[in-house]
Amino acid sequence: MSKFTSLKDAVSQNLNDGDTVAFEGFTHLIPYAAAHEAIRQGFKDLTLVRMTPDIVYDQMIGMGMASKIIFSYAGNPGVGLLRRFRDAVENNWPASLEIEEHSHAAMANAFEAGAAGLPFAVFRGYRGAGLVEVNANIKSITCPFSGEELAAVPSIRPDVTFIHAHKADKAGNVLIEGIIGIQKEAVLAAKRAVVTVEEIVDAFDTHPNACILPHWAVSTIALVPGGAHPSYTHGYYERDNVHYLEWDKIAADRPTFQQWVQENILDATPADFNKRVEKLRNAV
Amino acid sequence: MNSAEFTPEEMMTVAASRALKNDDVCFVGIGAPSAACNLARLTHAPDITLIYESGTIGTAPDVLPLSIGDPELCETAVTTVSVPEMFRYWLQGGRITTGFLGAAQLDRFGNINTTVIGDYKDPSIRLPGGGGAPEIASSSGQIFITMKQSLRGMVETVDFFTSFGHGVGGQHRKRLGMTTKGPVLLITDLAIWKSDPVTKEFVVATLHQGASRDQVQNTCGWTVKYSEDLSKTPVPTDLELTTLRDLKSRTEAAHGG
Repeated sequence: MSKFTSLKDAVSQNLNDGDTVAFEGFTHLIPYAAAHEAIRQGFKDLTLVRMTPDIVYDQMIGMGMASKIIFSYAGNPGVGLLRRFRDAVENNWPASLEIEEHSHAAMANAFEAGAAGLPFAVFRGYRGAGLVEVNANIKSITCPFSGEELAAVPSIRPDVTFIHAHKADKAGNVLIEGIIGIQKEAVLAAKRAVVTVEEIVDAFDTHPNACILPHWAVSTIALVPGGAHPSYTHGYYERDNVHYLEWDKIAADRPTFQQWVQENILDATPADFNKRVEKLRNAV
Repeated sequence: MNSAEFTPEEMMTVAASRALKNDDVCFVGIGAPSAACNLARLTHAPDITLIYESGTIGTAPDVLPLSIGDPELCETAVTTVSVPEMFRYWLQGGRITTGFLGAAQLDRFGNINTTVIGDYKDPSIRLPGGGGAPEIASSSGQIFITMKQSLRGMVETVDFFTSFGHGVGGQHRKRLGMTTKGPVLLITDLAIWKSDPVTKEFVVATLHQGASRDQVQNTCGWTVKYSEDLSKTPVPTDLELTTLRDLKSRTEAAHGG
């Protein structure tokens, strides 16, 4: 049974040092507020899982929270490289970071296998790809029917998955719309799932095939309007593309990064997210 | 500027757009491929199906997206599916006719590196990685690549095989069990290159206006080969240039803040 709590409690009750954790969202609906709360609470030794680490993991890696990352594209979408991630990989700053790198197809299949309760995923992929030689978790399997050799990767089973969604109803069912990415699979693959939402409504007004996570599939829900900023929530506020561009400069330099985190994460609260999207709401 | 004056980058985008057909189902990489694909849609290929890996199928954005998951891609799409569905049913299922990719590093056989410069375990530059590209490269019917020429970008040997093109050339793809064509076309700011049907090496088919053989060789890390019937790339038409410039200015206005 899902339950409503503050974001602070949702994070402290579901995340532990050493956990394998996914903060998922595919460009859209990235759970920034939840990740910032995790940064404020200072978790350590996390294995971060995410297809597109984005600047949210740049921040967590730059704060030294991660010992390992499992990912398939570590860039600032449309802008360039992730500079804190690079600093960790190239210079071990602020700490060394173990990487397990996949392709999108592999990660998508691995999350789906996790949701399906399978130990591994099988797909046609990685042919001729260099990752096969540097990632021991990429193996192959022969189809018992056709003899075709296919790629196999372990399923992803996070201890906890965090996502951001449009709405919860009062019973705790969760509605996701637009670019739904990998979130449903990431929630169902995890032992625990925490969802931040834009609003809580009496009932959804939607169609029968909408992407809804039943209340009993979600552990905890926290109301955080604006909680995806600088990512976006479709229909609520636009993506803050300017911030994504600015991040490239903020993350380029260690002291500038640390000062930004102090002011915008450590000294901030979940309620600040609503203010950050004020102007972006007008744009929708 | 009129059609007598255009930049090499504009020529590149226009030439890349012309390679796409109205009935193509195209998996679009971000950046230069995205501009070319949308220019094709806005000019000679209005019915082209553009697919971005965020799950948006048949999208028709008014401005170029900054990311593969911008809201407009979803709002203008025929349908938006989940990421596993995108990769399993639509790409792996063999529904994509053309994958359009960019590259940080490329070799003469269309092998692409967007993962690391230097050694994987101790890189001098850690790049973003492959994202969807490894399976786009193997599962799309054919691959087009577009990038600006430079000695850093077009190299004798890629540092890492992010996406497999033709490997060492010839029948290498077939030996690995791939039945798709792989890279067939490379569009740069100086020339259009086609892969040789036998060796699979990229060979210059047409030179853009103003581009010389010296320029092509001086910005390419391997010894360039030219087609026997080397010709000139037709210059952009007024319609192509106007449409591209309008698209770029709408995009700048939308993302500039």
